[in-house]
Amino acid sequence: MEFLALVADAVRSTLVDVLPILVIILFFQLVVIRRPLPNLRRMLQGSVYVLLGLALFLVGLEEALFPLGEIMARQLTDPAFIHGVAHREGMALSWSDYYWVYLFAAAIGFSTTIAEPSLIAVAIKAGEVSGGTVNPWGLRIAVALGVAAGIALGAFRIVTGTPLHWYIIAGYVVVLAQTVYAPRAIIPLAYDSGGVTTSTVTVPLVTALGLGLAGTVPGRSVIIDGFGLIAFASLFPIMTVMGYAQLGRWRARRAQR
Amino acid sequence: MKSPLDGLGKSLLDSVRDLLPILLVIGFFQLVVLQQPIPQLGRLLAGTLLVVAGLTLFVRGLEMGLFPIGEALAHAFARKGSLFWLLAFAFALGFGTTVAEPALIAVAGKAAEAAAEAGLIARDRAALERYADGLRLAVALSVGVAIVLGVIRILKGWPLHWLIIGGYAGVVVMTAFAPPEIVGIAYDSGGVTTSTITVPLVTALGVGLASSIRGRNPMVDGFGLIAFASLTPMIFVMAYGMVV
Repeated sequence: MEFLALVADAVRSTLVDVLPILVIILFFQLVVIRRPLPNLRRMLQGSVYVLLGLALFLVGLEEALFPLGEIMARQLTDPAFIHGVAHREGMALSWSDYYWVYLFAAAIGFSTTIAEPSLIAVAIKAGEVSGGTVNPWGLRIAVALGVAAGIALGAFRIVTGTPLHWYIIAGYVVVLAQTVYAPRAIIPLAYDSGGVTTSTVTVPLVTALGLGLAGTVPGRSVIIDGFGLIAFASLFPIMTVMGYAQLGRWRARRAQR
Repeated sequence: MKSPLDGLGKSLLDSVRDLLPILLVIGFFQLVVLQQPIPQLGRLLAGTLLVVAGLTLFVRGLEMGLFPIGEALAHAFARKGSLFWLLAFAFALGFGTTVAEPALIAVAGKAAEAAAEAGLIARDRAALERYADGLRLAVALSVGVAIVLGVIRILKGWPLHWLIIGGYAGVVVMTAFAPPEIVGIAYDSGGVTTSTITVPLVTALGVGLASSIRGRNPMVDGFGLIAFASLTPMIFVMAYGMVV
């Protein structure tokens, strides 16, 4: 019964979130387009599914997965735990003592991206539009690997305290070089996948990890160093998606020979 | 018409498969690395069931509702042939969906704290709120502009990579001049602006436009709106940090 009240609450807040979209679509539909929509009933039914589904999804995450994930992020970044692993109590920690943190960062980045609903949406659409040349599942794995690499590197950056913009600018240079060589048709999709990776599932857990790390590593400021993980998570999938397309093309060429 | 229950079993299995990695990661780190029991196992299982049901419904509703709505609107605007209304819709969609986005409200509040910490603004509540609201407005404007630009690109068939590369160059140049405290937040704001409902709608709009205009390829021209929407906020937030 407790869950039921939470679900009702979540439906209400999701409804508030989509209200602007609803108003905009209704205004343009009724005032500007003034034509009946085809399959209106089905569309409405689908929209109700989306709302209800998103609400259930959020309640489940907030009730079960997020609290546990946040506790784990805090425990793994706790100096006591890291000292215990390093067996060097009292000594200064070096960046390599944080290996469980990097592994956790990569694992949580990968797994939350696989469950990210907006990425599922873009993957479905890309599979449809490409006529089967882009495999939705392959695309999602490529994006998830990119997020995993990005978050792990972002955690390393917080531990070492190196400036964020050097990483991001270096990443842009790699993206630029790949853009020259990657198949033309994948480029827009690759750029898009940078933006869709980080929403409902990934952001809260990753933010908890970043703030936990910045709060426990000596000499880091939560406010300045705690940010930037999301930027890594949006940059690296661009590279892995283009890499995925390059790999596909390379394998097709090799098969032709 | 297909019954809404068709293929439900398969969708449910897909959702379970999508969530399995999270459960494995949490289980492994909790039991093997941290060596602690999983607290409130029943609650975790109940929550997971809700998440599976929610994801299944969401994906089902996507294909029945959000995708067709985005495409129908794109076709209707293409048929109407009024550039003004199409761009007005693009701006409204970008601005309207971002200004109320909860993730953005949270980030804007944190950014105001960072700015106060750095001594850029006064430390009282009014100044913090003004800064956060201004930032939100800047990001929402930037997303509106992004969708408008993206739609113009689809209409004209400009290659996306030149625009994005130019945008990145802008980001790099501005990083050198923006106050360092704002840079991390600016980079992050690119990622948080696109919500779970906006993404499918905007994607369907782009693909629908590209497929209803002669000479455009939905794969090459239809995608890319989200890329604009994640790029322009970085520029606008750094500009905001420089001006305020």
